[in-house]
Amino acid sequence: MSTQQQEPESQESPQDPEMKGTESPQQRRLKEKEEGMVDEHAEEEAEAAGETVHIKVFRYDPEVADKQEPRFDDFHVPFEKGMTVLDAVMYARDEFDSSLTFRHSCRQAVCGSDAFFVNGSQMLGCKTQLSELEQPVRIEPLPHQEVVKDLVVDMDHFYDQMHAVEPYFQDEDTPAASDLEEQRQSPENREKIKMSSRCIWCGACMSSCNIAAGDNEYLGPAAINKAYKFAMDDRESEEIKEHRLRILEQEHGVWRCQTQFSCTEVCPKDIPLTEHIQELKREAVKKNLKFW
Amino acid sequence: MYEHDVLVVGAGGAGLRAAIAAHEAGADTAIVSKLHPVRSHTGAAEGGINAALQEGDDWELHAYDTMKGSDYLADAPAVETLAQDAPEDTMRLEHWGMPFSREEDGRVSQRPFGGLSYPRTTYAGAETGHHLLHTMYEQVVKRGIQVYDEWYVMNLATTDEEDPNDRQCEGIVAYDVQTGTVEGFKANQGVILATGGPGQAFDHTTNAVSCTGDGHAMAYRAGAPLEDMEFIQFHPTSLPSTGVLISEGVRGEGGILYNNEGERFMFEYGYANNSGELASRDVVARAELDEVAEGRGVKDEYVHLDMRHLGEERILDRLENILHLAEDFEGVDGLVEPMPVKPGQHYAMGGIEVDENGQTCIDGLYAAGECACVSVHGGNRLGGNALPELIVFGKRAGAHAAGDDLGEPEIRTGYGDDVEDDDTELPVAPGASGLDSADSVAADGGVAAETGTLEQAVERERARVDRLMDKDSGVQHAEIRAKLQNAMTDYVNVFRNEEGIEKALEIIRECREEYQDVYVDDPSTTFNTDLQQTIETRNLIDVAETIALGALVRNEFRGAHWRQENQVRDDENWLKHTLVSWDDGEPSIFYRPVILEGEEKTYEPKVRSY
Repeated sequence: MSTQQQEPESQESPQDPEMKGTESPQQRRLKEKEEGMVDEHAEEEAEAAGETVHIKVFRYDPEVADKQEPRFDDFHVPFEKGMTVLDAVMYARDEFDSSLTFRHSCRQAVCGSDAFFVNGSQMLGCKTQLSELEQPVRIEPLPHQEVVKDLVVDMDHFYDQMHAVEPYFQDEDTPAASDLEEQRQSPENREKIKMSSRCIWCGACMSSCNIAAGDNEYLGPAAINKAYKFAMDDRESEEIKEHRLRILEQEHGVWRCQTQFSCTEVCPKDIPLTEHIQELKREAVKKNLKFW
Repeated sequence: MYEHDVLVVGAGGAGLRAAIAAHEAGADTAIVSKLHPVRSHTGAAEGGINAALQEGDDWELHAYDTMKGSDYLADAPAVETLAQDAPEDTMRLEHWGMPFSREEDGRVSQRPFGGLSYPRTTYAGAETGHHLLHTMYEQVVKRGIQVYDEWYVMNLATTDEEDPNDRQCEGIVAYDVQTGTVEGFKANQGVILATGGPGQAFDHTTNAVSCTGDGHAMAYRAGAPLEDMEFIQFHPTSLPSTGVLISEGVRGEGGILYNNEGERFMFEYGYANNSGELASRDVVARAELDEVAEGRGVKDEYVHLDMRHLGEERILDRLENILHLAEDFEGVDGLVEPMPVKPGQHYAMGGIEVDENGQTCIDGLYAAGECACVSVHGGNRLGGNALPELIVFGKRAGAHAAGDDLGEPEIRTGYGDDVEDDDTELPVAPGASGLDSADSVAADGGVAAETGTLEQAVERERARVDRLMDKDSGVQHAEIRAKLQNAMTDYVNVFRNEEGIEKALEIIRECREEYQDVYVDDPSTTFNTDLQQTIETRNLIDVAETIALGALVRNEFRGAHWRQENQVRDDENWLKHTLVSWDDGEPSIFYRPVILEGEEKTYEPKVRSY
């Protein structure tokens, strides 16, 4: 285990006196920092004050002897205002145990890689403030998905379901490069599909869905929402919309949804998933498609 | 061993577009990416896509704005290609179903952005990148293009002729993150690097954690020069705590910057008397830091960006995503209070030297997107010009690799007759690179031998993984990475001077030396992020060094590169690109003149005022 010391760098005076006049703001601040004139980092303050957050992190590795039996590890992470769940696990990894494994990338709620099960609910680590959670904060991989290692789950089934709804725009014929002009879409129609288009494929909704947990073939809220985005887009023809509805009204499609709203509750992008599924059911009825 | 015609490394905007183009040109194409495609950093782009779509605008104006914005360090053939291709490529996205924001008549909306003479930024709310990424991934799914996701590409397999211009890229070596297997991928026609930016070389950045300059480092070590690496864009509006980006769209829609005295400082202190908040990004970033240094910053750290006056309806319509970011990451409600912002590392204008067709000097090796330097951004990239770069040059690289004839490029690559050598004595020895000793954990292999190149490269990478895994004490990558990031942020930031840059180079050298002793603590072959990040850290060291070296030799003030010793743009000596190439484990520097001659006119350097 490595412990990284945050030693202030010892410096000779970095400035040539005759350069003072053209000293840049950044250099001035850097110099002040080096001379200890600027407040030390808030993290160190918190550390000095002894304020830490207690996190309990799920650990499992099929290959490593003492991790083959799943367990929870406790970490006490120095608290800093504004700190998120992701910040805490990153700190634990970088400072205490480099084998702690989780997916993350953008840390701004758009890449969708760090959906975890935190204190019993699906959420994105990067947009969940630690200060809003009860301690110790329990961090687990998404339920109902196979755990690969620690907080990493196998997403293949989720991706398969996303792909099953033909998730791509289907226009009749793509125009040649020479007469490429946009298709018209009313601002109202764009507004109608707006929320559905925000999905970041994090898998939180699928993981929270009781029906999906019991029926592996159920398309699930994310895939149905993806289909909704296309089905409600006026730029696709009626014929294609019907084709989409036929995919959705199959045995393991929209009719499986029992409107428990858990997907809507956990969606980090606030997509009204249950509502979208209901709307597609209504569309299917209107088109006289069968329901199960 | 896997085999395809065209291999695309990276699955962000440029990679996906390259794969679609290569597939359309008939090549058996595969994407190899360390992230699943929808996780790519392109998804975080907010602002929009510049394209001259409307009557009253035309590609020549777009090209002119881009040349001026670049501070005359962009190559005109590349810029004109960008401006000419962007409208068609943007419209293509619309036909693929991308949900652009719309006007009442159903046409796509466009808005003003900094440095543009016409409101030509096409957008989808403040989440344009998310929609662009997903729309293109949908098209990849539609075409059934093979994607190897969560495969980390460790190195290229290139031949070892003495002159990089004679080398050939035969494929790549990748590590399956899920199982720990190292495999070779043979490319019959070409390898396209589309690995994104190197933002993780800095401590405060808008870039994702995955932006570690892997493509830069691999191409560089294989012998392709890196161009204009000193030009790093610092975005004026990132959130102070995390570096999360607040789109230029906020200022485009009329957002105002205030200092702690409530003064609209862009005008009040004369930083940009005409354009104010919509001056070029480098101008605004320096102004903000000046305000903080003059004691007019908020909490001595940042300034305020206010959009309240735009009204709830307009904010929700066009900038809703910004409200969520401010709320989630700073606890600020943008409808009732101003948002805290400060400059953060955002974009690398420089990158792997390529021509208009995406080709590097190594046969069969291409690069596109942020990891490449065509160069369209020169000293400073205009907001809204990154996304068209991805689709325009991603498409061209894909098509060319697959055999489409795009014509002879006007931009030359690699070392040749048209370059100028540098005789500067580098003040800091580069430090041990780990290339000379095959046993060192830092060894990355460099270029392979002439015969059986791919097999050899695979063996070398397997040995590299074994060495890193077998060693059970030493230094951990996180420590080296943090040291490197802090050095770059402290000394190679918005404001730079010789002494500071030399200091940074010394620290980079220390990082190199410490890296000789790096070890991976996690013994597992399952999803070993410790190992992956250790290899990424090596790449960051190499890339950071090229950034600092470029910044050291370019003793002038151009675009995003401000130098204390010489605060004027020096057109007489510096209308040229800086190139750093890796010769026998040491960086060497040379220069190539900037091309200001366009199709019909020459872009005469003018004072860049806003």
